[in-house]
Amino acid sequence: MSMNSMAAPGLGHSLDISGTTPTPFARLVRVEVRKAYDTRSGLWLLISTAALTAVVMVIQLAVGATQEDVSLTYNSFLTSTNFSIAILLPVIGILLLTSEWSQRTAMVSFSLEPRRPHVILAKLTVGVLLAVAAVVIALVLAALCNVIYGVVSSDPVVWNLEAARLGGFLLLQLIGMLTGFAFAALLLNSPAAIVFYMVYTFVLPGLFGIGAALMDWFDSVRPWIDFNFAQGPLVDATMTPEDWAHFAVSGFIWLVLPLAIGVWRVLRAEVK
Amino acid sequence: MIQVEGLTRKYGSFTAVDDVSFVCQPGRVTGFLGPNGAGKTTTMRVMVGLTPPTAGRVTIGGHLYKDIPNPGRHVGVLLDASAQHAGRTGREILEIGARTMGLPATRVDEMIELVSLTPQEAKRRLRNYSLGMKQRLGIAHALLGDPSVLILDEPANGLDPAGIRWMRGLLKGYAERGGTVLLSSHLLHEVEQIADEMILIGNGRIVAQGDKKSLLAGADGGKASTLVTALDNTALADALTAKGFTVASAGEGLRVEVEPVEVGRTALEASVVLTDLRAAEGGLEDLFLELTAETQREHTA
Amino acid sequence: MTAATLDLGDARPIPFHRLVSVELRKSYDTRAGFWLLMVIGLLVVAAEAIVLIVTVVQDEPLSYGDTTAVAAFVTSVLLPVLGIMVVTSEWSQRTAMVTFALEPRRPHVIAAKAMVGLLLTLATIVVALVVGLVTVLLYAALQGESPVWHFGWTGFTAFLVTQTFAMLGGFALATLLLNTPAAIVVFFVYRWVLPGLLALGTALIGWFGSLAPWIDFQSAQGELYDFPLTGEQWAQLFVSGVIWLVVPLLIGIWRVLRAEVK
Ligand SMILES: Nc1ncnc2c1ncn2[C@@H]1O[C@H](COP(=O)(O)OP(=O)(O)O)[C@@H](O)[C@H]1O
Ligand SMILES: [Mg+2]
Repeated sequence: MSMNSMAAPGLGHSLDISGTTPTPFARLVRVEVRKAYDTRSGLWLLISTAALTAVVMVIQLAVGATQEDVSLTYNSFLTSTNFSIAILLPVIGILLLTSEWSQRTAMVSFSLEPRRPHVILAKLTVGVLLAVAAVVIALVLAALCNVIYGVVSSDPVVWNLEAARLGGFLLLQLIGMLTGFAFAALLLNSPAAIVFYMVYTFVLPGLFGIGAALMDWFDSVRPWIDFNFAQGPLVDATMTPEDWAHFAVSGFIWLVLPLAIGVWRVLRAEVK
Repeated sequence: MIQVEGLTRKYGSFTAVDDVSFVCQPGRVTGFLGPNGAGKTTTMRVMVGLTPPTAGRVTIGGHLYKDIPNPGRHVGVLLDASAQHAGRTGREILEIGARTMGLPATRVDEMIELVSLTPQEAKRRLRNYSLGMKQRLGIAHALLGDPSVLILDEPANGLDPAGIRWMRGLLKGYAERGGTVLLSSHLLHEVEQIADEMILIGNGRIVAQGDKKSLLAGADGGKASTLVTALDNTALADALTAKGFTVASAGEGLRVEVEPVEVGRTALEASVVLTDLRAAEGGLEDLFLELTAETQREHTA
Repeated sequence: MTAATLDLGDARPIPFHRLVSVELRKSYDTRAGFWLLMVIGLLVVAAEAIVLIVTVVQDEPLSYGDTTAVAAFVTSVLLPVLGIMVVTSEWSQRTAMVTFALEPRRPHVIAAKAMVGLLLTLATIVVALVVGLVTVLLYAALQGESPVWHFGWTGFTAFLVTQTFAMLGGFALATLLLNTPAAIVVFFVYRWVLPGLLALGTALIGWFGSLAPWIDFQSAQGELYDFPLTGEQWAQLFVSGVIWLVVPLLIGIWRVLRAEVK
């Protein structure tokens, strides 16, 4: 036992911490990865995401194979992840952080590693790793579907994934994950963060669209404040320097700002 | 060693902990005693950096908690045994703790065995744990890193009698080997039996501290009293009254305001057969109730 | 007298209205519940303010029908969340243990919760109508015109019904899943993603076009704004409603009745 080596008890007795190394970051990340899948709800969320990705692609494959006037490419199989990964990755990002609050495990996490920025960074790293994993799974599933499509359909098999598109696809999924994470840090509450995220992705773009249609001045402001809109050229891999400027400014508003405020909140919060 | 210096924590205009200072020595079990809402948990939360103090500070072995690298290896903490993911198994909860601290997986099995959870129980999810099982798991979690300082908030809550006795032995052993143990409780009897040192807190303020003897001595000279039962209580009562002692009936026997030795001597002289003779432990309890009187919800005085 | 049996002579079961009033109170006495209601109200006001400013600046017309439509849009996004939280918060906070110990007739509790959802929907509609009214009056004052009360009872009835269905949709999914995040995600996908997918399917696959109206509850509800409905439209509303409201609710209730409450 470590206490055996301690000096005789007495006033001024101090803890010898010279032999202890701080918790390495890699270990924190490994633990956080484990926490992402060691509960039933966490595991099912990951499985559902993978399963939904496959189901959407298979439906797409079935439609493509049976309908004469539909022809599919590798890229169109990847695009179908708009209805699977794109929706659920942000939710994973949100729950990575908020479940620590709703289940009150933050008390334990922060007492084992009081350097809270390290814990948050470890969680963020897990989010990024999961996003990359999701992209890999999507790439593999899309390749499988494309091969099958080549066999069952009369259309030619098209492998159209240039580096720019691949980069854009990866970046989009990362952004989705990070935006979810940022909203979660800001609100520290699962339902609120999920609702906020859903309204932000599904409802807000429509409203911005109406605003842009009604008012000319808003139409010119929109790209600077509508992050979803600014990501559009990324999907088509047609980013111009101005597009990147829109991307940076709107990304600052919807990603960096909430994340910064959220992290500041977590660092100061009384953990109950 | 834990050193609390001028600790204050306010919530708005309400002061939960009010200028609290005390020291927990290594090699001793320190009991932190106070009624519900006295500020025990808040003080302990500040110790481990979960609640920022309004004023003052706490050092553990000379360091602020946040400055201790891999603190789980030095300080074992149990604040709330239910503050764990309800969907994780008991084993998984320990596993995660062990991994964070960089401990081998064998440590998890050792701890499960130490707190007498069966391997089968360890496989159940926390949602399905009883209060006492959660508490055992929490103690196991606190001991995982083999720390030299233990901070335990109401560790006996929900434990069965055998569990309480086991924990008492465990903590005494820890202290004997040089560890520092701070445990809180709202039950005097619990603390009295383990603690070498007691800190009494009420309404966020320290009302008394010291070991049992000095606390009793501090309270109006430590008036002793005795509980005694004899085959012939009436005869004994007469003999005691004749000597000028105050006697009252208590349960099946008598309560006498004098040390047990005087009662025994009187019984011998009066040739009364005693079936039970012991010091009444009311002294400390009275003291506790008296010191925390304004902070009690039920006014006993 | 030693009572070996409990004398239930004077005992009255808990009346339903008491359950409802308790559940109503539970919907706003926590910070989360209170803020959800507040946010709905604030968003309605904010949306109306934006619409008012835009129409005045752009010199566009604005009628009472328009302002209620704006309010209806905002509330229809968050009312289902309310319906979800009424059910799931009981599970995530484990208060179901207490609730079902005090009233073991679980269907009564669920009915009381549904009633609370309906009452809050009504309250939200009243708020939306009042805020819409104020907006129109403000618009008229700012523009120096007399307010336009173009407001159809058909539209109002459809508004009432669709809002109620929106809330009940959330309620049903919540009962089915008993998990807040899952219910919210599924609801938003159902409400905002599915219609697009169904339209896509209709465009791509011939036979799907004739099936879609029978499973598309959103579109079926939309027809209510063009009252009266044909017999087929009623049938489609009924069938899609059974799929999205009745079936999840029945399975959900069956689950709640059998669940071990932890
Ligand atoms: N975040 C908070 N806001 C307001 N009051 C609080 C907060 N945390 C604790 N308190 C109050 O501080 C007092 C001390 O609480 P606590 O330290 O938990 O007492 P105990 O001695 O029973 O552990 C209680 O009255 C409690 O309600
Ligand atoms: Mg306490």
